[in-house]
Amino acid sequence: MLSIDGEPVTASQTDSVAAALLASGRVSCRTTAVSGAARAPYCMMGVCFDCLVTIDGEGNRQACLVRVREGMRVETQQGKREAGR
Amino acid sequence: MSTAVALRESYDLAVIGAGPAGLAAAAKAARLGVDTVLLDEQSSPGGQIYRAITETPLRDRSILGADYWRGADLTASIGDSGVQYVANASVWSVSRECEIGVSIGNVARIIRARRAILATGAMERPFPIPGWTLPGVMTAGAAQILLKSSGLVARNRVVLAGTGPLLWLIAAQYLRAGAEIAALLDTTPRENWREALPHLPAFLASSYFRKGLGLLREVRVRVPVIRDVQSLRAIGDDRVREVAYRTRDGAERRMPVDHLFLHQGVAPNINLANSIGCGHSWSETQLCFVPVVDEWGESTVEGIAISGDGAGIGGAEAAAQRGFLAGLDAACRLGRIDRTRRDREATANRQALRRAERGRAFLDLLYRPRISDRIPEGATLACRCEEVTAQQISDTVALGCTGPNQMKSFLRCGMGPCQGRLCGLTVTELIARARGVSPGEVGYYRLRPPIKPITLEELAGLPKTDAAVKAVVRG
Amino acid sequence: MSESPRNDYDVAIVGGGLVGAAIAWGLAGLGQGVVVLDEGDVAYRASRGNFALVWVQSKGLGMPQYASWTKRSSDGWSAFAAELLEGTGLDVAFERPGGFQLALSERELESRAGTLKRLHNQRDMVEYPYEILDHAEIERMLPDIGPEVVGGSYCPLDGHCNSLRLLRALHVGMNRRGTRYLPNHRVDRIDWEGGEFRLATGSGQIRAGKLVLAAGNGNAKLAPMVGLKAPVRPQRGQIVVSERVRPFLRYPVVTVRQTDEGSVLMGDSLEEVGFDDTAGLPVAAAIADRAVRMFPLLRRVNVVRTWAALRVMTADGFPIYGQSEDCPGAFLATCHSGVTLAANHALVLAPMLAAGKLASELDVFSVRRFDVPTSS
Repeated sequence: MLSIDGEPVTASQTDSVAAALLASGRVSCRTTAVSGAARAPYCMMGVCFDCLVTIDGEGNRQACLVRVREGMRVETQQGKREAGR
Repeated sequence: MSTAVALRESYDLAVIGAGPAGLAAAAKAARLGVDTVLLDEQSSPGGQIYRAITETPLRDRSILGADYWRGADLTASIGDSGVQYVANASVWSVSRECEIGVSIGNVARIIRARRAILATGAMERPFPIPGWTLPGVMTAGAAQILLKSSGLVARNRVVLAGTGPLLWLIAAQYLRAGAEIAALLDTTPRENWREALPHLPAFLASSYFRKGLGLLREVRVRVPVIRDVQSLRAIGDDRVREVAYRTRDGAERRMPVDHLFLHQGVAPNINLANSIGCGHSWSETQLCFVPVVDEWGESTVEGIAISGDGAGIGGAEAAAQRGFLAGLDAACRLGRIDRTRRDREATANRQALRRAERGRAFLDLLYRPRISDRIPEGATLACRCEEVTAQQISDTVALGCTGPNQMKSFLRCGMGPCQGRLCGLTVTELIARARGVSPGEVGYYRLRPPIKPITLEELAGLPKTDAAVKAVVRG
Repeated sequence: MSESPRNDYDVAIVGGGLVGAAIAWGLAGLGQGVVVLDEGDVAYRASRGNFALVWVQSKGLGMPQYASWTKRSSDGWSAFAAELLEGTGLDVAFERPGGFQLALSERELESRAGTLKRLHNQRDMVEYPYEILDHAEIERMLPDIGPEVVGGSYCPLDGHCNSLRLLRALHVGMNRRGTRYLPNHRVDRIDWEGGEFRLATGSGQIRAGKLVLAAGNGNAKLAPMVGLKAPVRPQRGQIVVSERVRPFLRYPVVTVRQTDEGSVLMGDSLEEVGFDDTAGLPVAAAIADRAVRMFPLLRRVNVVRTWAALRVMTADGFPIYGQSEDCPGAFLATCHSGVTLAANHALVLAPMLAAGKLASELDVFSVRRFDVPTSS
């Protein structure tokens, strides 16, 4: 069980955070730092950098490369990351 | 699972990437006595094609098919070969002297090797259609990864669009997993048949023919397939809601869609090789840059070999054979076996490689994506990360900007975190067409480490020489 | 772009970097017919390797006239940026909030204070304010500095811009003013015959009434062809670039600045390595180390790029502006600070070049200063 934007979400052990996010019915995971456009995971293999989310307080993590963990806090992102977070 | 702490300071051979080529090369070399480390970015071996093969939640083997499960032997071969397999290892730098910058669990280390084999594989070609950045638009490969790793299929309206064998494979796998596909929009240009036809006999004699035919039949019986599709557009606001396209008769049609999966082939992931300074050449057939390698995979940089799809697209079986050859060559160059033995043992691999490559020319030419699908226009984004449009790039060529590196400094395309992986080919082709020269002449972005993100803290913790500190700290 | 070259240019400028493009834009604005010759996509290009500072603070130790020249450019930069914006629609994001050099040890701080004291004690040194501040004073302006910052120097005249956008704006601007830009036209030889300059490139010959050498490190080879000398050498400088983050650093620090786009640039290095422009990890590590000690909140921020460029260093570090006596009409302009001096190059130097003569205030920058004195 992890949380996405404060809401509890179940996921299976082999899920990446991106998979868990998509499986929960969410369509997008962030808005861009350039124009504020909504983005979502695109390639699922770590090359597109569109699946960026904040994980346990740390921003710009590639959700498709991080495996879910019990108690993980995932937050969708708006625009630029905050330094120090 | 190894951590940065368990990783040693140096090895004979470092293999980067645990797809078929990396697994084969590492196992072969290690069995011949080479002290080998296999660095895998993923948490379990298999690369992309055999993704999650040791832990997929899909219990029904028929969903993914026999070709996928063939990879199980390769992954198992690592187990007792003597290879040190390190998962969750992100390699962000390789120097010409084989110093490897790798991060595990957010700790960066430099390890040394006498030789390195890059087996970082391929990635999907960019497919820059209007709206390709909308949530709900993904690559067909992404859909496949979700299925393999998590047993997930997209619900609601799914449309597949593009060209290439993978499109049919994922369609079949989806159907077997119980999902529905609203349509498959095939963008294969009808004209390609003319170029591909001379290679048809070899294709018919290959294993691709039987498998391909089987997939086509399997999919066509359940999914409406629309051929000769052009002018794809993903339409929506905060997510994709419709896909528009034209067929040969010119009329634009639209259909509602929740998930649009795009695919028009794969290209070698060259960022690491590029950052080392390995030479590359443009392949007009495969429409991508390919590292220059010899018959064993040795690149233009001494001590660095490149194997598998990362050295040129050939598919999983060819990748494995090339991996075996690279492993043999490494063992020879490191003095474990002599040339005679290397050449003798290579014979079987070369035969298998020829068999695996048979029929590929036909596929390459038949599924060669149409130029209008590769080169966007107007407001369509060429660079997703920095949101640079095709029009901006064309305008800047008109200003006198002749290549991708100047273009990068003028428009920031290629400066985002993906480091050109999703825009490099597009930008090069855009410039080439605007200038009327070949993409080979235009060239590609020049990359530098880190080719994967590392934190400033990690970078700061790396060894610094006195000379380096002196060069930086000045009164 | 690949039509046959014309023969009737007023000025041919060799080099399309920040120096050449600024001069071209200025000259074209004065009605001169200008052609700019540039190399190809992969060339050394110091203009891509700068830190984008418009900096006054430490310039001119050993040549106070350089401090004056620098301050003049800094004072004129705002108007320069405004003119570029009007002519091109591109905002080069110039800001002059003042800038810092930070010290991570008492020794660094003392050294810095000493240098600035010597600088301002020079005869003929232009006056402008600066301060040496301690940690607490700096923290009031830079709240995110780390505990290791002992203090630093601050000068209200320092600023920065978006230098890549600056280069782009100069190119768009010079293009709109009718400048001909010829990339892939490396100049191999220059002859002066019959009062005109003939430039031999791989793609044909260009002729012009006047010549400006603005080819950075390439000037060394070209200058003697027209009776000039350009004692310049490459100096590698490396930069580490982060992903975009929310604005936290309003003031540029000489080794850490946040761009208008949000990325953080960290630098830099001074390495004498000939023409090797490959980035090295030990230097990048040293740069990153100092940056996170100055601003600990950067620790977990990702590096997206490192960069090494060959910058231009003259024999004494000061610009060289020269006019040839053997070949009247040939000029040389080379410097290390192409960003800071861009305003001067476009608005002060260009008019001199248009008139065909450098003003006497630039005599101090002439290459003759390197001549060994003949009398003892």
